[in-house]
Amino acid sequence: MLIAATLAIFVAMILAIIRGIAGPTLYDRILAVNMFGTKTVLLISLLGFVMGRPEFLDIAIVYALINFISVIGVLRYSDTNQFKHTPNDNESIKKDV
Amino acid sequence: MEIVITISSGFFILLGSFLCISGGIGLLRFPDFYTRMHAVGVTDTLGAGMILVGLMILSTDFLVFAKLVMVLLLTLLVGPTTSHVLAKAAFHNGVIPKDSSSLSQAKKKENNSSII
Repeated sequence: MLIAATLAIFVAMILAIIRGIAGPTLYDRILAVNMFGTKTVLLISLLGFVMGRPEFLDIAIVYALINFISVIGVLRYSDTNQFKHTPNDNESIKKDV
Repeated sequence: MEIVITISSGFFILLGSFLCISGGIGLLRFPDFYTRMHAVGVTDTLGAGMILVGLMILSTDFLVFAKLVMVLLLTLLVGPTTSHVLAKAAFHNGVIPKDSSSLSQAKKKENNSSII
């Protein structure tokens, strides 16, 4: 049963990777990466129970925190319009150089 | 007693894995960014919660139980927050919903009222 759940999470991760590669917009990719990270947390805790070593749960906690902070950090850039490459931005970069 | 523990944890874990797979299929098959985000945001939180509750029932050590509670609380806090921030960022940066007839009507009304 634990192994069946592990396989199910593997399938969900593969589907998330397909969407992350094929995603039309940037936000689809960010969504797919976020789902992949959540599924990785579940996979680590399930594998800890399958192998009989529940100490893996520490890694799962750290991974959940890193996943959240990375997604919020990427989205902060989009809040300040850093993703839109307008010609003015390129000119200002050239001036700085 | 052992049968009860096995059956209840198996129920929770299998329901959670079904939710995870359905979330993946929704992420792959839905036509629009916002519908995809709906599928993932709902099933991610509930599926992770179900699987973690199933593992909690299986756990014998108190420390393992406490760590699972911490992961569950983190997941419940992080999933909806990430979905909210993602939807807000996408809407502010001009990702338009596919069936946006009601949205365009609302924008037209706003424009008319501003002209008047």
